[in-house]
Amino acid sequence: MIVSWRMVVGSLSWSLLASTVMADEKSSNDPYRLNLSPGVTDISGQVYDLHMLMFGICVVIAALVFGAMFIAIWRHRKSRGAQAAHFHENVKVEIAWTVIPFIILIVMAVPAARTLIAMEDTSEPDLTILITGSQWKWHYRYMDREVEYYSRLASQPEQIANKLSKGANYLLEVDRPLVLPTDKKVRFLMTSDDVIHSWWVPAFAVKKDANPGFINEAWTKINQPGIYRGQCAELCGKDHGFMPIVVIAKAPDEYERWISQQEAIAREAKAEEQRLLSMNMGMDELMKKGEAVYQSTCAACHMPTGTGLPGVFPALKGSKITTQDQAAHIDIVVHGKSGTAMQAFGKQLSLAELAAVITYERNAWGNNTGDMVQAKDVNAVINGN
Amino acid sequence: MSEATEHLDHAHSHHHPSGIKRWLYTTNHKDIGTLYLWFAFIMFLTGGAMAMVIRAELFQPGLQIVEPNFFNQMTTVHGLIMVFGAVMPAFTGLANWLVPMMIGAPDMALPRMNNWSFWILPFAFLILLSSLFLEGGGPAFGWTFYAPLSTQYSADSTALFVFSVHIMGASSIMGAINVIVTIFNMRAPGMTWMKLPLFVWTWLITAFLLIAVMPVLAGAVTMVLTDKFFGTSFFNAAGGGDPVMFQHIFWFFGHPEVYIMILPAFGIISQIVPTFSRKKLFGYASMVYATASIALLSFIVWAHHMFTTGMPLVGEMFFMFATMLISVPTGVKVFNWVATMWRGSLSFEVPMLFAIAFIVLFTIGGLSGLMLAITPVDFQYHDTYFVVAHFHYVLVTGAVFSIMAAVYYWLPKWTGHMFDVTLAKWHFWCSLISVNVLFFPMHFVGLAGMPRRIPDYALQFADFNKWISIGGFAFGLSQLIFLAVLIKACRKQGVPVDDRVWEGAEGLEWQELPSPAPYHSFETPPVIK
Ligand code: HEC
Ligand code: HEM
Ligand SMILES: [Cu+2]
Ligand SMILES: [Cu+2]
Repeated sequence: MIVSWRMVVGSLSWSLLASTVMADEKSSNDPYRLNLSPGVTDISGQVYDLHMLMFGICVVIAALVFGAMFIAIWRHRKSRGAQAAHFHENVKVEIAWTVIPFIILIVMAVPAARTLIAMEDTSEPDLTILITGSQWKWHYRYMDREVEYYSRLASQPEQIANKLSKGANYLLEVDRPLVLPTDKKVRFLMTSDDVIHSWWVPAFAVKKDANPGFINEAWTKINQPGIYRGQCAELCGKDHGFMPIVVIAKAPDEYERWISQQEAIAREAKAEEQRLLSMNMGMDELMKKGEAVYQSTCAACHMPTGTGLPGVFPALKGSKITTQDQAAHIDIVVHGKSGTAMQAFGKQLSLAELAAVITYERNAWGNNTGDMVQAKDVNAVINGN
Repeated sequence: MSEATEHLDHAHSHHHPSGIKRWLYTTNHKDIGTLYLWFAFIMFLTGGAMAMVIRAELFQPGLQIVEPNFFNQMTTVHGLIMVFGAVMPAFTGLANWLVPMMIGAPDMALPRMNNWSFWILPFAFLILLSSLFLEGGGPAFGWTFYAPLSTQYSADSTALFVFSVHIMGASSIMGAINVIVTIFNMRAPGMTWMKLPLFVWTWLITAFLLIAVMPVLAGAVTMVLTDKFFGTSFFNAAGGGDPVMFQHIFWFFGHPEVYIMILPAFGIISQIVPTFSRKKLFGYASMVYATASIALLSFIVWAHHMFTTGMPLVGEMFFMFATMLISVPTGVKVFNWVATMWRGSLSFEVPMLFAIAFIVLFTIGGLSGLMLAITPVDFQYHDTYFVVAHFHYVLVTGAVFSIMAAVYYWLPKWTGHMFDVTLAKWHFWCSLISVNVLFFPMHFVGLAGMPRRIPDYALQFADFNKWISIGGFAFGLSQLIFLAVLIKACRKQGVPVDDRVWEGAEGLEWQELPSPAPYHSFETPPVIK
């Protein structure tokens, strides 16, 4: 029954420790989180302080105004026999409540401007990442290294459809997170391949629109290793709610090891690609690989069963291109169709993946053309012959 | 023979055709006001039904009842209907009813145009709603229809969306012209500018805002139309255009638009608070000047909606400071209302209850607006539920509550009978509680990181979203009580009222006109003291 001091102190210090170690993971999963997080950068801390300052000032103003009002409601009510006074103007008071708010505004404006200037200073970065949004995934390119990849939602469609239970990071998990070093000034360049997206990680206080045809800049310097999650913040079409952002911040030496490893993997993949050109895959292999690529890359628009969304995304089941003209089929998948949501997948997928997904589309859902497309066929289209 | 009697009858019954023709052909400001108000209420329920779909989907994480594409159509059409179909027509309806009575005129200055400006509206919304049933669905790009989502990436029904917005714009412009011409030309002798009731003042300024910005909106939708269908590239970077320019054009309309939806509300509250405080409005002149300065400032703050689009630093600074500035005249208004109540003799009839709720809850929305003005912090708030909370506090507990206050305030004057007060109080208290359960927790989920316009969300937002949805359903149901009050009032059940209706009411409509007010307000101008 008796709760000893030691227990209280012990559990308090344990939870304090836990909260500092896994600060962000823990607090961002708290279902009763009421407030902004102070984040893990100097800027996000300043932003948090500004937010609290503004909030405090607003609470004080509200308390004064509502307080006066409730006193009037209480004391000056007719049912208590209050007689109305006759004043309806008072120049001094009116000047006071114009000038005082003005002064309060200046008090707010100074720190706000200071933080803003710091946030917009993208000069002298240690590394630069080009972030490209497209419907509905992010692409990261390390500008100073030979590494680039797409990052997509990792939650399962069955979880979204309530057929599988949802994990703790439901809708906030991706297949390949962005990896960044701590304690380095990272500059982000943002752009888009189609509509406007917005790249937002609350723990860094970075939110910047990715506009098609233009490049925006932002930066961050992360103080703490950890996993930080965010989401696209600009309506970008059907699956706007399903393009999260995950950043893993590693200590600089660990980061260095990781990025060198990635470069090696990328080189190997290129060599493998060349080797594949001279090989043919069998139908089963093509269909199996093709289905996987289709479900992860194409199904968001063309739907898992190839029926599309009438009026928005065309059906591939029984369509002219997927059942007849093979060259046109390879062409549209490789080059996309500019000005529509159909992207150019030539650079997004490997030759083998392209061959497989096209084969899959020509044989799934009763399309049964029997055609097999190989990597070299795709390569021929990419090289323009 | 029978023709002759019909003729006689007609002459006799004046211009009073009956049945549907009365409403179709009417040029009377009261009939048209009634049409506008009922239309707005029907749209309010329609847009509300869409909000119920949104909230039902968001009741739990995961997708349960609608597809993401349809969800986006619901948020978009909900927003469009509430803004252009509910709030704006309701204010125009109130202007039609009240402006002639308040300035001592027989009717509006341009009665035929008045008829036309109402009767094109139902078609605009029929077109918009019918687009939901076309292949590919209706507009799914948010009521802000940012390019290129609304151009290259939208369904073909966008053409209907554009057409319908054009019609709404034409209707608003005609309504605004009518208000301006009426106020300039038809004031009774002696009704000088600084004697105008504040509702008239705020509407006059609103009408100028409408005329200034509705053509900008028309331009924006036209450019969307030609970009999508006729190969222009206003907003397409590949053709030398700029998608961010769309946002500048849209918000140059959009920010004054939010003041179009709130200035008449300020006018209404400035009429109601003095009546139930039995004391003159504090600072009449400063109210007029504050309204005018808000209207002017509203033209130089538009880019506060665009801080994350990547503006130059000086641009961000300018729009941050200008936006902060606009809170000064807004504050003056709130202080004036409180000072009017101070040392008054207060009573709390239904219109006053709504007015007090307005002052408190609108101020909460205004204060979160001030927080949003601070650019570095806006980066965290922008496009999250914090913004959804902000604009619903100013629109629902602001504009919509003021409209309800106005209806309860003037309804007895319009019908000649008191409405069902018990039912009205139920409406008030149910709405007040549910609206806060609905919108207050949105601040929390927004700050915790939930983006807006998403059909599904991460698990940590689940608990609050459940509460928000419950509040939403309760608020929706509460409006059915309002419907009951209105139907009873139109059937004139309830005790007859005297001319002044409310003990402290001042103004021509209360002191110079009987209840119910006659069909032609002032056939001879009243004498103004
Ligand atoms: C973001 C949405 C989206 C994604 C993802 C997408 N497509 Fe498409 N796709 C479209 C649209 C829109 C069109 C129609 C373009 C047009 O207007 O002709 C299209 C057209 C096509 C066509 C031509 C269909 C016809 O009958 O005209 C093929 C084939 C195709 N896509 C294959 C794919 C493959 C393979 C993938 C995955 C690697 C894919 N698409 C991913 C949106 C998408
Ligand atoms: C029945 C009460 C209401 C409920 C439950 C409700 C709920 C919602 C919800 C859930 C959204 C979508 C938020 C998002 O994901 O972005 C929304 C958007 C919006 N609402 Fe309401 N709302 C209500 C009443 C109103 C009213 C009366 C107005 C106008 C006066 C209004 C104006 C808007 C606007 C402008 C948007 C933005 C639309 C867009 O995203 O394009 N709402 N509302
Ligand atoms: Cu998005
Ligand atoms: Cu604005």
